[in-house]
Amino acid sequence: MIEILEQYGKAFLWSDGYRFTGVAVTMWLLVISLVVGFMLALPMSIARVSQKKALWMPVWLYTYIFRGTPLYVQLLVFYSGVYTLSVVREVDFLNLFFRSGFNCTVLALALNTCAYTTEMLAGAIRAIPHGEIEAARAYGFSGFTLYRSIIIPSALRRALPAYSNEVILMLHATSLAFTATVPDILKIARDVNAATYKSFHAFGLAAAIYLTISFLLVAVFRLAEKRWLKHLKPQSAH
Amino acid sequence: MLYGYGSIILDGALVTIEQALLSVALSFLLGLVGAAAKSSQSKSAKLLSGIYTTLIRGVPDLVLMLLIFYGLQIALNSVTETVGFSQINIDPFVAGVITIGFIYGAYFTETFRGAYLMVPKGQLEAGVAYGFSPWQTFRYILFPQLMRFALPGIANNWQVTLKATALVSIIGLSDVVKATQNAGKGTYHFFYFTIVAAVVYLIFTTVSNLVLLWLERRYSMGVRSAEL
Repeated sequence: MIEILEQYGKAFLWSDGYRFTGVAVTMWLLVISLVVGFMLALPMSIARVSQKKALWMPVWLYTYIFRGTPLYVQLLVFYSGVYTLSVVREVDFLNLFFRSGFNCTVLALALNTCAYTTEMLAGAIRAIPHGEIEAARAYGFSGFTLYRSIIIPSALRRALPAYSNEVILMLHATSLAFTATVPDILKIARDVNAATYKSFHAFGLAAAIYLTISFLLVAVFRLAEKRWLKHLKPQSAH
Repeated sequence: MLYGYGSIILDGALVTIEQALLSVALSFLLGLVGAAAKSSQSKSAKLLSGIYTTLIRGVPDLVLMLLIFYGLQIALNSVTETVGFSQINIDPFVAGVITIGFIYGAYFTETFRGAYLMVPKGQLEAGVAYGFSPWQTFRYILFPQLMRFALPGIANNWQVTLKATALVSIIGLSDVVKATQNAGKGTYHFFYFTIVAAVVYLIFTTVSNLVLLWLERRYSMGVRSAEL
């Protein structure tokens, strides 16, 4: 165990000497796909709750497909599938983008989390007490301002507990990245397993690292909930 | 249309569905046991089930799968070596069912625990007062209501378990993903065949959505909902 830590500890955390590996890559994957996914999910969730069929139908279809298929299959589509299309190999930009396993993984993760986040935010928008929206209308809010200053802030706060779950699930989902040759925590663990045949140590170490990150994320979200969901907590008698 | 790979993909799809059903049955049972342990009086049972749910839900399923698959094989090897038998190789299907069942058992535990808290305790006491045995109380009073409250969670867990079976192809199970990848390798139509895998999963999720809707209607029999 100590030998493994001495030899591979650094690779597990941030670098194998040539490139970033391990926790650094996993966290980078997590952050970038969450940010992209969230940015896309925000306008999509508004479209999802719209009355207009032309708006909600495409978004519904998108979330249905991405929530109805395994992330691994989505990753395979982007990683091994797309590159076999001649269109992709002929266009320079697409060729460059899809040649990197990292890009494909980020694309799959971002689109996947975007689908779940869209549905979650749409649920949070629907759960806003209608009185709040009526009050806003009575005060003369409409259209963009209504969304910007009433609906979105309220929905984001309400969605926070569910979003913390999604973030943890995304952390777990990043472990698929090794199938696209991205050197994340699990890839290092597999390398260690291949080099030392100590499967239990290698994967156990990876599990412990993921567990620690999960706990840290949960703690961060607890603090966030304490700050932003204060108004929804039951009031004490005094 | 499938370049002659139709029957292989169909076989793979059957393996996927078998895998998912068996895993979910195992995790369902583990969930019931876990929930019973969590809401029991015994401190050690509570501690053990607490560790189980926290550890499992904090670690990615893929990592656990590799850990259990390789770990189990090594443990088994050392056992067979000391006893003197020849090596027994763990079948990916069995390993997949055990691992996925074990992992999602933790999620089912939480689902059932939440549902158990929602069943009015007076009804269980009434069962005792009427001379029901513990099994009868469970079978006729607790379980039907437990199902009612747990159904949304069960539906969710089933969908997640179904999709988690795709990961088992990584440890070598010839499920629908593996079959389509082999077809892709054979014909070099990777894109097309991976889309086929996605469509198979979409069909599965759509069908299970319909079944779950029917189940929900069945288990909410006798519940009145206010008309708005």
